[in-house]
Formats: sequence, structure tokens, C-alpha cells
Amino acid sequence: MSDSPIDLATFRALEETAGVEFVAELVDTFVAEAPLMLSEMRSARAAGDAERFRRAAHSLKSNCNTFGALALGAQARALELKGLDADPARDASAINAIEAGCGRVAVALRGLARG
Amino acid sequence: MAESGARLLVVDDNKVNRLLLIRALELQGHRGVGAENGRIALEMLEREAFDLVLLDIAMPEMDGFQVLERLLANSRLRDLPVIVTSAVEGLDSVVRCIELGAEDYLTKPVNPVLLKARIGAGLEKKRLRDQQKELVRRFATREVAQDLQESGFALGGKRVNATVMFVDIRGFTTLAESQPPEETIELLNTWYTLMFDAIGAHGGVVSLMIGDGLMAIFGAPLPLPDHCECAVRAALEMQETMALFNDERRVAGRPEIRIGIGIASGDVVAGYAGTNERATYTCIGDTVNLAARLEAHTKAAQQPILVDGATRAGLDGAIAVRSLGPVAIKGKSAAVEVFAVDGIVK
Repeated sequence: MSDSPIDLATFRALEETAGVEFVAELVDTFVAEAPLMLSEMRSARAAGDAERFRRAAHSLKSNCNTFGALALGAQARALELKGLDADPARDASAINAIEAGCGRVAVALRGLARG
Repeated sequence: MAESGARLLVVDDNKVNRLLLIRALELQGHRGVGAENGRIALEMLEREAFDLVLLDIAMPEMDGFQVLERLLANSRLRDLPVIVTSAVEGLDSVVRCIELGAEDYLTKPVNPVLLKARIGAGLEKKRLRDQQKELVRRFATREVAQDLQESGFALGGKRVNATVMFVDIRGFTTLAESQPPEETIELLNTWYTLMFDAIGAHGGVVSLMIGDGLMAIFGAPLPLPDHCECAVRAALEMQETMALFNDERRVAGRPEIRIGIGIASGDVVAGYAGTNERATYTCIGDTVNLAARLEAHTKAAQQPILVDGATRAGLDGAIAVRSLGPVAIKGKSAAVEVFAVDGIVK
């Protein structure tokens, strides 16, 4: 799968150091936690709380990089570094894009973890 | 490995990161306990013992910088090694963490090999520090050890109003010559334990052990508002303890031990004196000299506890004292009024 959102080398290295079964559980945790981070970004955006916004984006970036979801991690990183946009609509669409990416990443991670 | 079984606190608001770090620790033979933010971490550190902390920076409620600041200000937790694990970018935050006392800074995702090496180094440092603290604890009192830790062994004195006590076993040389050396050392150890307990129980600090005697300070390094009263009450407790101790010795067919106690109050210069290699907490001044002379005078006066006028003035009515009139004291141009302590008024 050349269009996989996951960097396979990173993911396998994680499995090797932490254990295959543990990583499968960790994937479940991530899939459960990611929507919370996205909603945190949305509520911080709505409240105009720049620090909370950065922190949520930062947290998501960190997890993406752990599992090898490097492209999605880069999207989250961009929001972390930029912070709140002058135009809330731009942030809203960026969060929507990350949410869609999270869905693809979740499917791919579950596939890899089962395999 | 030598440091297996260490207990580490993993502070991270992100559940995936927390679980992954705890897992990495378990695979290295350690135990990891998670905390969701800095506030919870500090509460746990106050309550439980940990060998090392893995600390995230960006966290809600209390971030990693704030945790480092709080640890630095806490004398008990200041030496706890902290390794920062963070995905915060930029050299600024690394520098800030190191300045706030962090041992190291690892960027996330954390490389397990690097993590293992850093934890090993951190635990080794902690082991050495613990050893050092234990040495200080064994050879100094708790108050001095704590003051040392806070002042960082700074040599130099400060002027304080305090009460100085000298205690001595009477006729010790004769006693020592009449029994095997092992018995003498055992006797001294028991005696020191009893004296330390009485002094410590009344807020005093033993600053010097001199063969068959000792010197104690009340009111330094930590201030003690009623230092005169505390010193005299400690002296009375020492007398009571010696009476019980002598009951046991009589039963065992051994000679009784008599002690003399001299107490004086006033300004002293207290602090750490010595060199950077070897220093001791002590105090100097006229008051110290007077206390030593009063202790020496207990034999001639045939009184177990003698105090000076300043100490007497610091006592409330609960303790009975009796003037013995002016006594010529070596090193003092004028005679000094000396008081004998009779006991607590019922």
C-alpha cells in the first residue's frame, strides 16, 4: 500500500520495542483519545484560548509521530506552531481536514495492528 | 541490572504517551506510575517515594516548567532526578528545563535506547546523592542536615541569641581505667543516645562530642523562642534519665554515672566553620565559654545543673532555681552570679 498514511518502518519499530500486543492496545487507546483532542481543539478555537489550542494540536502531533502517521502529524504540527488563525474559518477547515485524516489513520493502524 | 526495581513517576497529560513510557520502563525492569498533570504529580511526590520523574512540558493545570520550579523550591524533592520528555520544539524550552534543574531533555517520540541510558545515569546520580545524605544524617542531627541542605554548606556565621549547654560525665577517666575498653565504648554509646534524645526532644542540637562530654545549642541553626526554658528542661530530663540508667547499673553491680551540666545564654556567632572538605556546625563567643566554665564548676558547687543569670531570666516560674551567689569565672573580669536548678515546681 503505497498510499498508506502510516510510515511502516516507524510502526514496526514501535512494535519491536513495545511488543505487538501492547501496540495493538495502544492503537485502541489512540483511536479513543483522538476525537477528544479534536474536540479540545474545537472548543479552544471557539473560546479563543490560544494556549489550549496549541496544546491539543501538540498532543495530537506527538501521538501521530509515535505511530508513524507522519503526514497527519505534520498537519497538527502546523496548527501547533501557527496557533489560532485570525480567521476562525481557516482553523475550522484545518481541524476538519485533520479529523478526516484521523479516520484514515485509525483504519490503517487497526489494519496494521491486526496484521 | 543494578538499578532494577526503581520506581518512576511518568507525568504526561496524553494517555498514549503515558502508557507507552510506562511500558518502556516495565521492559527495562522498572515500575512506572502515571500522573495526568503537574498538580497531580506534585501531590503524588509529596505522598509517595519515587526514584526518578519523567516529565512532560505542555500539560493543563500545571505544566512541566511549574513542576520543576516547585521541586527546586522543595528541599526534600530538590534532588529528585527529572528527565523531561517533550515534543515541545525549540532550544529555549530545553535550556529553561536544564536551568530549572532537569537532568536531561529527551524529545518525543522517545528513543528507548536513549531513554534507558538516561534513566540509568539519573538513578546512579540519585544513589550517590542518597548515600551522601545518609552520611550527613548519620553524623549530624536532622536539623543541621536540613539546614546544610538548604544553605548548601555555606561556611560563615551569623549572630544569634541562643542557649549553650555543656554536659560531662564526672570522673570518667577513673571509670574508663577500671573497665575494659569495649565496655567503655558501649557505655558512651548508650549515654550519648540518652543525651541526644533528651536534647533533641527539647529542640536542641548537639554540635560537638568531646570524649565523655558534649556541647549542645538551643536556638540555632533554627530559631527557638524559649531556648532558655528548653535547655533547662532538657537538662532536667537528662538528670531523670541518668537516675533510671543508674538504677539499671546498680542492679548489674556497676558503678553509677554522674553528670554535670552548665548552661549559659546570650549572643553567639553560629555557623559552619572549617574548610570546604571538612566543616562542622558550631558556635563561638563568651556565652560558650561561660557554659563550659559553669559545667566545670558543677563539681566544686556539688550541683548537677548550673545556669547563668541570662538563662535564669529566660525561665518562667515553673522551674525552681536558687542563687549560689557570685562566682569567679576564668576569662571573666567580674564575678558571675550562678544559679542551681532544683527542678520543676509542682
